Amino acid sequence: MNFALKVWRQKNSKTAGSFVDYEADDIPEEASFLEMLDIVNEGLITRNEEPIAFDSDCREGICGMCSLVINGIPHGPGKARTTCQLYMRQFKSGNTIWIEPFRAKAFPIIKDLTVDRSAFDHIIEAGGYISVRAGSAPEGNSLPVPKHDADLSMEAAACIGCGGCVAACPNSSAMLFVAAKVSHLGLLPQGQAERNKRVIAMVRKMDELGFGNCRNHYECEAVCPAEVSATFISRLNRDYAVAVTRQGVAV
Amino acid sequence: MITLDPKIPSGPLEKKWEKHRIESKLVNPNNKRKFDIIVVGSGLAGGSAAATLAELGYNVKCFCFQDSPRRAHSIAAQGGINAAKNYQNDGDSVFRLFYDTIKGGDFRSREANVYRLAEISKLIIDQCVAQGVPFAREYGGLLANRSFGGAQVSRTFYARGQTGQQLLLGAYQALARQVALGGVKMFPRTEMLDLVLVDGHAKGIVVRDLITGQISSHAGDAVILATGGYGNVFYLSTNARGCNVSATYRAYKRGALFANPCYTQIHPTCIPVSGSYQSKLTLMSESLRNDGRVWVPKKKGDTRAPQQIPEEERDYYLERKYPSFGNLAPRDIASRSAKEVCDEGRGVGPGGLGVYLDFTDSIRRLGEGTIRERYGNLFDMYHNITAEDAYKGPMRIYPAVHYTMGGLWVDYNLMSTIPGLHILGEANFSDHGANRLGASALMQGLADGYFVIPYTIGNYLATQMGKKISPDRPEFKAVEQEVRDRIAKLLSIKGKKPVTHFHRELGLLLWNKCGMARSASGLKEALQQIPEIREEFWQNVNVLGDSQDFCQSLEHAGRVADFLEFAELMCLDAYERNESCGGHFRVEYQTEDGEALRNDDEFCHVAAWQFNGGDRRPTRIVEPLVFENVKLAQRSYK
Repeated sequence: MNFALKVWRQKNSKTAGSFVDYEADDIPEEASFLEMLDIVNEGLITRNEEPIAFDSDCREGICGMCSLVINGIPHGPGKARTTCQLYMRQFKSGNTIWIEPFRAKAFPIIKDLTVDRSAFDHIIEAGGYISVRAGSAPEGNSLPVPKHDADLSMEAAACIGCGGCVAACPNSSAMLFVAAKVSHLGLLPQGQAERNKRVIAMVRKMDELGFGNCRNHYECEAVCPAEVSATFISRLNRDYAVAVTRQGVAV
Repeated sequence: MITLDPKIPSGPLEKKWEKHRIESKLVNPNNKRKFDIIVVGSGLAGGSAAATLAELGYNVKCFCFQDSPRRAHSIAAQGGINAAKNYQNDGDSVFRLFYDTIKGGDFRSREANVYRLAEISKLIIDQCVAQGVPFAREYGGLLANRSFGGAQVSRTFYARGQTGQQLLLGAYQALARQVALGGVKMFPRTEMLDLVLVDGHAKGIVVRDLITGQISSHAGDAVILATGGYGNVFYLSTNARGCNVSATYRAYKRGALFANPCYTQIHPTCIPVSGSYQSKLTLMSESLRNDGRVWVPKKKGDTRAPQQIPEEERDYYLERKYPSFGNLAPRDIASRSAKEVCDEGRGVGPGGLGVYLDFTDSIRRLGEGTIRERYGNLFDMYHNITAEDAYKGPMRIYPAVHYTMGGLWVDYNLMSTIPGLHILGEANFSDHGANRLGASALMQGLADGYFVIPYTIGNYLATQMGKKISPDRPEFKAVEQEVRDRIAKLLSIKGKKPVTHFHRELGLLLWNKCGMARSASGLKEALQQIPEIREEFWQNVNVLGDSQDFCQSLEHAGRVADFLEFAELMCLDAYERNESCGGHFRVEYQTEDGEALRNDDEFCHVAAWQFNGGDRRPTRIVEPLVFENVKLAQRSYK
């Protein structure tokens, strides 16, 4: 298969970037999208041109390291998968493919297609955990969790932290990411003690880091590789409202 | 020559760990904050260690090359985590988990370490539940279990098909909490490039900031490496692209002994290779073997579609050879059997390197709905990669490199032969012997990080009060210079071939000569060819980019340069171990029915290698393995 690529090249966060044309020729249809870029990069190196920088690690759709906006869609066409799980058979030979980095104020570009997503780590640091010291945990089965709650919590916990939701959102909102963590922990009995504090701290940190507001576009849900549902955002809004009210009453 | 003292506590097996904890030195709470601990790696072992040590009051600096600690490769573990809870009332116990692990490891691991692991397994589940890990549950709200490759009891805890991610998020969140509290300073996108010794003790590391290219030194009172395994020496493996041997190999070059590098695990259920462009192999959880039946056609070169091959012309070879374990035979046995049938010309799919994993009978028995519920995500993944529907026809699978049991040698305190240098998780060698059982890697990583190192590191630190080392010392400057010189050299070669070319060539050589089956003659050839590839690499590699910039080819080049040296050590170890055991199968040593034949008289020991500088042959140092509680037996899964 042959493709015409238009790839965003940018030396670093301080330099302006632009699209550069590349040919991707003789690509096997069994190759993944990132393997196609590997092939292009090997060609570039052979011609003494600097390869295209892009992030990836596990290449099996779970680590959340790969990104890319492909033809305008974070993680490319198709549902519920990361870029590394996108295969070239999804495209037609001769297609032109546009490849850009995830774009958001809170995700500055490092180089070419790689971005800095450490803002997500800072949101978790603000409260996305249950405080439990190693050694202090009670016996695992001492606290039964209804299967329905455990399953729902698992659906939220499935978030891989890739940032596709932010890249897809016209407002660069991180609501789906925050909602997933708030729901994962808030649905479990273990997470109750810090539930109010957690949601307030995480939402405030999210705002502080420059993520936008949610306007119910649902673009986040549409591109989420882990199929985290936007209904968790409603849960987040409710938890936040309750927490802020309680805090207000207590004050 | 060094003698290896594993420092195993005396006394009965079940009392050793308790006794050791009582006898271990404590660091006064007011003194803990005076100690700086460096943790390299943020996976299950490193992440849990960093968080737990900070909870205790130590100052921790944690480094990872990924953009976030949450992306460490532990995340990719699918199947589950073992624990001797005996919630199923099916006869499990600490001793049984211990025995299964020792036996699964083909009697090449330390009794005391493995027993401790089995004991701690129960605490890990409690800890993870408390952190909010959403383990699978039964309708009554209690924790669910399943049986997993190589075990006859149901002791595996799991969270969908992503137990690794969920456990890692637990550790990551504990780590994030400590970052916020100031106990841990996190350095993502930062790669350790060398270890610094001061007066023979590990006192710091030299790192490269992967974004700015800046080289800097970090000093600490102790250094912990939790940097994972070296499976990517084979180029194609189930490991993440970034997994590498550099941290442990550089520590080896600074004097830490590397134990059993030839013990590599080939996982039986991966999606077969489809072409040379391929960048990695994808694992399909071995839980699939609970309901799938493995077979190949009886006839060589049978190209009929699987559905066209009648029952009597199929060879369900695992069920035939191992009637009591059948499709659940341990990983090494299942992998080697697949290779055998493919070598006989009975493999299926393109290139004949594949066997069928067939769910037809289970779908008939349980219904497609049940199978979908159990393995839906795996079937979807298989479909996405191969464009084949495994509900309609069998999957094709083939073994792939998955895990490395070898690693830096450690004593019972998890300290290497360099004082102060501690090794956790897959990066050490101690618990899995010659073969790891399914769902045991997560258990070991978390055991080391949450419950072993927090106790044992005190034994070292208590001797180091008031011995603060500054990173301005000449020892650091000298190592920094070596690191800079090496980077400059890599960038100055400006040859004709990309790094990947050499990595691929090395990987293929190792897969053929030091993979599922090894022979003295093949290993000799590999030992001759590896230096040739290495030499060409240093003359003809083309690394493009700027050392003062984000430069992925440079990162890869540095890692491949280490693999090119490490591969030789691996083959040398395989060559010297004149027996077959676990993942190490030497064709010269097998029983009449083709089973691995151990040589307990001569090889019931750990082989740890000492670096002797330059191209000089490393020294093989032996730690005898003493079995006081189990009887060495030939593994039988028949």
